[in-house]
Amino acid sequence: MSAAQGQTLGGVSAIGRGVLDFVGTFGGVAALTWGVISSQLRGPREWSATIQQLRVVGVQSMSIAFLTAAATGMIFAVQFGWGLRRFGASLYSGKLVSMAFVMELGPVLTSLVVGARIGAGITAELGSMRVTEQIDAIRALGANPVGKLVAPRVIACTLAMPILVMMADLIGTTAAMFITMAQVGVSARFYWDQVLSTVGMGDLCHGLIKTVFFGYIIGILGCFYGMGTWGGTRGVGRSTTESVVAIAITILIADFFLTKLLLPIL
Amino acid sequence: MSADVETPEPIIAFRDVWKSFGPKVIYEGLDLDVYAGETLTIIGGSGTGKSVMLKCLMGLLRPDKGQIYAFGQEVSGLKERQFAAVRRRVGMLFQGAALFDSLTVAENIGFPLREAGERDRGKILQRVTETLELVGLPGIEAQYPADLSGGMQKRVGLARAIAVEPEVILYDEPTTGLDPTNVHRINRLIRELQRLLKVTSIVVTHDMDSAFDISNRFAMLYDHHIEWTGTVDEAHSTEHPIVKAFIEGNIGE
Repeated sequence: MSAAQGQTLGGVSAIGRGVLDFVGTFGGVAALTWGVISSQLRGPREWSATIQQLRVVGVQSMSIAFLTAAATGMIFAVQFGWGLRRFGASLYSGKLVSMAFVMELGPVLTSLVVGARIGAGITAELGSMRVTEQIDAIRALGANPVGKLVAPRVIACTLAMPILVMMADLIGTTAAMFITMAQVGVSARFYWDQVLSTVGMGDLCHGLIKTVFFGYIIGILGCFYGMGTWGGTRGVGRSTTESVVAIAITILIADFFLTKLLLPIL
Repeated sequence: MSADVETPEPIIAFRDVWKSFGPKVIYEGLDLDVYAGETLTIIGGSGTGKSVMLKCLMGLLRPDKGQIYAFGQEVSGLKERQFAAVRRRVGMLFQGAALFDSLTVAENIGFPLREAGERDRGKILQRVTETLELVGLPGIEAQYPADLSGGMQKRVGLARAIAVEPEVILYDEPTTGLDPTNVHRINRLIRELQRLLKVTSIVVTHDMDSAFDISNRFAMLYDHHIEWTGTVDEAHSTEHPIVKAFIEGNIGE
């Protein structure tokens, strides 16, 4: 076999491995999702664990989510204010900032930042439980680890993300207002008039529906990589890294398709 | 016919069990009987699949081929939900104790009771107290696993394993990583539980001193199958070259 043929075969086998990995991950995530649904249908439902996870995912992520929102709102206010000045339209930067925030920046940036924090936390926690046989112990003691551990985390992420993003939208748009007021000299009332005349309920729903999916992606992928951890503490590190990367990429891909799907509807 | 009368029905049986992890072959036609009330210790070198036997029995791993019977029924083909009933009759002490970090000692021991449907907090607490006294650790209900030494964690793990009063207890390397005092303490505890609870025990260990201390019978896992079984006395006097070499410490890794 020539070197060129060898390289081609190597490339083909790498693509094959990648496809198999993708199919394996997709199948595993689908099976885990079904496990979560059936655990909720059959019970018992872990309400106290879900509430505790809501606190971890929602309340404890507020500071990082809001800081990101405020910083992004201010940066975009500066950018739009500067860009629109060339067209003599800087008075209307509130329209653009709020629209961008509600439909895209709020959902995606908050999900990416919170996803990295929460996804890594979930994977590291479940991964540690896996390598110390705690997940085996749950099964050995007659319980279902998907119902006990995965379902509360997935439900908490799916519920908490839209609430976090709604608050982040408000904070980002408000932060942008202060910059616009200082930079362009508009009043707060004028700014909010611009915002409210631009952003409709459909736009708000567009952003929030996307974050429901992003929350599910964070929860399910964080749990999937955690439950599949093997190889001791090194394995925990590896699956945590893989989980954060997979969450970020999946959110970005899902954002494209959800935007294409939702724009004509809402 | 007379042999049938003399040999009791095994409470647990492995029949022609095959298991591989990818290219790594673990069992090729493994057979083993475990009888009610005995303490059987599975011995063998590292990586031969001793712990895998316990995990297959608990349904945590599935054999590729063959059958595993427990309490007269085949369990290797059971679905996850159907396994819960079998698991309530079998307690397992994991190698690292596998206590839940986020729960207190009392919540750890109460966990299998709650899963078995017990809702009365008073009864759960009473059983927690009883089992902690049985393992010699009264009064630590409110502590977290991280506050305990390795030996104490193993004893709490044992208290959790016996909380639902199982008929069979599986011990996965119960003395590994412990200091000599704790090794003696755990061995004494296993013997006491055997005497008090009249359970069947399957122990996985490569600590031969402990094995001789606690066992009635040995099964040697070697070359993907059970190479030899015999009583403690037979193990002392055996001329089987592999068993003899293992007991004398000449093979193992």
